[in-house]
Amino acid sequence: MSLSIDDVQRIAKLARIRVNAAEVAGYQTQLNGIFGLIEAMQAVDTAGVEPMSHAQDLTQRLRADAVTEPDRRQAFQAVAPQTENGLYLVPKVIE
Amino acid sequence: MLDHTLRSLSTLLADGKASSVELCRDYLARIQALNPTLNAFITVDADKTLAEADAADARRAAGQAGPLTGVPIAHKDIFCAEGWLTTCGSKMLANFVSPYDAHVIERFKAAGMPALGKTNMDEFAMGSSNETSYFGPVKNPWDSSRVPGGSSGGSAACVAAGLAPAATGTDTGGSIRQPAALCGITGLKPTYGVVSRYGMIAFASSLDQGGPMARTAEDCAWLLNVMAGFDARDSTSLERAQEDYTRDLTKPLAGLRIGLPREFFGEGLSGDTARAVEAAIAQYRKLGAETVEVSLPNSSLSVAAYYVLAPAEASSNLSRFDGVRYGYRTPEYKDLTDMYEKTRAEGFGAEVKRRIMIGTYVLSHGYYDAYYIQAQRLRRLIANDFAEAFKACDVILGPTAPSTAFRLGEKADDPVQMYLSDIYTIAVNLAGLPGMSLPCGFDGQGLPIGLQLIGNYFGEARMLNVAHQYQLATDWHARAPQGI
Amino acid sequence: MQWETVIGLEVHTQLTTQSKIFSGASIAFGAEPNTQACQVDIALPGVLPVLNKGAVERAIRFGLAIGAKLNRTNVFARKNYFYPDLPKGYQISQYELPIVEGGHLSIQVGDEEKTIRITRAHLEEDAGKSLHEDFHGMTGIDLNRAGTPLLEIVSEPDMRSAKEAVAYARALHTLVTWIGICDGNMQEGSFRVDANVSVRPRGQAEFGTRREIKNLNSFRFLEQAIDYEVRWQIEQIEDGHRIQQATVLFNPDTGETRAMRSKEDAHDYRYFPDPDLLPVRLDEDWIEVVKAGLPELPEQKQARYREELGLSAYDAGTLTASRAMAEYFEATLASLPSPASGRGAGGEGSAKLAANWIMGDLSAALNKAELDITASRISARQLAGLLARIQDGTLSGKLAKQVFEAMWNEGGEADAIIEAKGLKQVSDAGAIEPLIDEVLAANPKSVEEFRAGKEKAFNALVGQVMKASKGKANPAQVNELLRKKLG
Repeated sequence: MSLSIDDVQRIAKLARIRVNAAEVAGYQTQLNGIFGLIEAMQAVDTAGVEPMSHAQDLTQRLRADAVTEPDRRQAFQAVAPQTENGLYLVPKVIE
Repeated sequence: MLDHTLRSLSTLLADGKASSVELCRDYLARIQALNPTLNAFITVDADKTLAEADAADARRAAGQAGPLTGVPIAHKDIFCAEGWLTTCGSKMLANFVSPYDAHVIERFKAAGMPALGKTNMDEFAMGSSNETSYFGPVKNPWDSSRVPGGSSGGSAACVAAGLAPAATGTDTGGSIRQPAALCGITGLKPTYGVVSRYGMIAFASSLDQGGPMARTAEDCAWLLNVMAGFDARDSTSLERAQEDYTRDLTKPLAGLRIGLPREFFGEGLSGDTARAVEAAIAQYRKLGAETVEVSLPNSSLSVAAYYVLAPAEASSNLSRFDGVRYGYRTPEYKDLTDMYEKTRAEGFGAEVKRRIMIGTYVLSHGYYDAYYIQAQRLRRLIANDFAEAFKACDVILGPTAPSTAFRLGEKADDPVQMYLSDIYTIAVNLAGLPGMSLPCGFDGQGLPIGLQLIGNYFGEARMLNVAHQYQLATDWHARAPQGI
Repeated sequence: MQWETVIGLEVHTQLTTQSKIFSGASIAFGAEPNTQACQVDIALPGVLPVLNKGAVERAIRFGLAIGAKLNRTNVFARKNYFYPDLPKGYQISQYELPIVEGGHLSIQVGDEEKTIRITRAHLEEDAGKSLHEDFHGMTGIDLNRAGTPLLEIVSEPDMRSAKEAVAYARALHTLVTWIGICDGNMQEGSFRVDANVSVRPRGQAEFGTRREIKNLNSFRFLEQAIDYEVRWQIEQIEDGHRIQQATVLFNPDTGETRAMRSKEDAHDYRYFPDPDLLPVRLDEDWIEVVKAGLPELPEQKQARYREELGLSAYDAGTLTASRAMAEYFEATLASLPSPASGRGAGGEGSAKLAANWIMGDLSAALNKAELDITASRISARQLAGLLARIQDGTLSGKLAKQVFEAMWNEGGEADAIIEAKGLKQVSDAGAIEPLIDEVLAANPKSVEEFRAGKEKAFNALVGQVMKASKGKANPAQVNELLRKKLG
């Protein structure tokens, strides 16, 4: 399989990464090169093999329901691009 | 400076022959002198380091020193450290001063080990040469026209060049072992879940694991004693009793069964590397070990599976870098979408963007089963291969990387060639096994060659024993680069 | 053409935990912006989620209460999309293996009882809030709510009218508050409803294209929004348009729905199992412990009220509209001396008597004062004291209302009020007979009419005697004595 220019634009959009018209073809070539490597996978018959999500076959540990975190707004917002009245500011959100 | 191990530094401090402040000043001076050439550190903050050294000396004076109290260490810039710039090698975080400490950083602070600085790395740990760093490439101390490997290239280079006695690294597909090999040091990736990932900036969550990088296996054991341990803030951290990773170091190797996977000695392996690994095998036989041939039939597909799974997880892990709460935000934008797209286009480098796009694609509607699920099934087959192999052996041995350090720029424009430099290391991450790299010789150009050991789950102590016994019998690990 | 409406609801219930689903930050409502958003909630680089046991326990409670299958292994997945109130760029939710699957809830619409099937209920984290007041043309983001535990409860498309949808939403609201997993506060967003609405020609088997109305936070808006949406869809189709699948918002001011602009390109969520979280395993012992801790459920209580207490379906339904109501009723009954069913001295069963008073005078007084039954000025024990005096004949119905009013306004026990106000019913023949004699003497015409066979005249005479006694005479006794006198 190979990715079309449209595919590249679609995934760039989904990933919220601006790809200029001049860059699309370059991405297409590189990504198709990488998919060439990946496609080797498809030759293997994996019918009946359980997909492996985690290195260890363990189950989730549960945390006791208790409030343990103090207010650290000041420290956290010290590294924020733009804040006002304790809020993070972003370009207008239209619902 | 170059021949100090943690043990020797620990002895100096314990005997009162040096203070932590003196040690740190010496290392800081060496960093100041050599870092402009090597570019191994992104951030150095002498005041912070010396304050920590001062506290360590006070602790020693109060009789509360542990074995490593006062011994300095460098941290890969992937670990969040409160008050330290923590960039992950990216423009996206070039202004990010972390408001909290990673678990690993807490552990080293608790041990009283002052931080010498934050080391350079491939951007978001995506790379095998350190060339993807926003802060410029790291140079290999053995030949400054060559790469140190990656992604923990700054950590490997600073230890090799004696800018730090030890460093932390992380390994998602070989990022501790491959640069350790290319820089001639010893590095260990623990069993997945042994070292907490809390505060370690995520690349591929199900594969990432922090570990030590130092001059010797013994040093790695000491460091692992500090780093390893349960952390309730990481759901994948394993609840196990604290281990002493030095406990087996001195055991003789008689009766040890070393597995040699035939797939690791085929095509693609450089002649010098093959010869050095063969010599190491001969050395092990002399030490009383026996070798058995094992097979890892699916390991050839590990790179393919990895380049589905790791980018998939990464594409999601890196969505939080959106210019809203911290890090880079593009200076000009006309609306929200524009802000997102420009922030991410400008804040991430080319390799990170490529991997985010691969990951986005393989998770997208209609492709998930063919790519993501298929890769997870292969992951199971690869793990099963190891389980089968470990029925016949105690450790697996092979090369760490197919070749020695390559030239800067040599593979930078060819992602696929770059990805293949991790061909021997990736399967270990997919299986979640511990692995390490230790020096086993030099090629014709005087570049170090790495020997890879792979242990069974929780086999770190045994693996360290195997490495330590080799280092008692050889001196490859004691060689230091000249001319820098 | 005859149209049929098809509705399925997705309800987001905020769980009553102390802390967030994946962090130790508080979920208390109303804090200053971003003061309850810890490093995990704002998604600092390197942070990781750890699952709150309290959230899982509440989901188990819900699953048991609706007779669902509890998935012994369930999995958290990432739902990927970009939005400023979603700090990680993905929401941790459950996708392929939710904690609760199947189950059902009964609703009552008019006289008809109907079972609504529940598809699934899954745990997930809430997003933050976007504040649209103007910050120099920008939007403010408050992440206090980010990471609040939600149980999203998804129904089958089993409802056929706005009324049924409201009945289901109310029944669900009753249940989740009843079992204590949600505080049900709709103003604060603890119970939010999304309605999937479509129409189809009656008799057609396949569903029409649906539109999803987001975030309805009152039962009234739910009904209005569905009614509007159904009319709109029918008009569109009759005008020859096709319905496009869409997410819409309801505007309570105009009573209209409109398509959202922001969600249009966001439909490839790229779900995959969250590698930071392991599969959740529910062990049998834990489920048994949770089951043992469940209260008697509304449907179980209704059945018991009908079968053991002889109440009508309507009464049983009303008394179980909330757990507090049912508890009040049962506490009242427990304080009464007479048997719950059967006929007591007051002429009706204690259960029916208590039901009538709670659903009648007490509910009216609570409504007027805008009080919840948990804040009632008359306790169940006080009310039982009053009802006991009705049952033993001390109070007539009319006197009882006076005592109730005094009790509501001034407090106090029934007996003390009766004593202080002299409201005791007179059942002493010696005291009533002289009054009867007076009335008979003063109303010869009525006596004559009665003797001529007019029963109405008798009632008029009883009324006169009661009036003469200032309402205190025992009406039954007045009746009896009057008939004897008139022979």
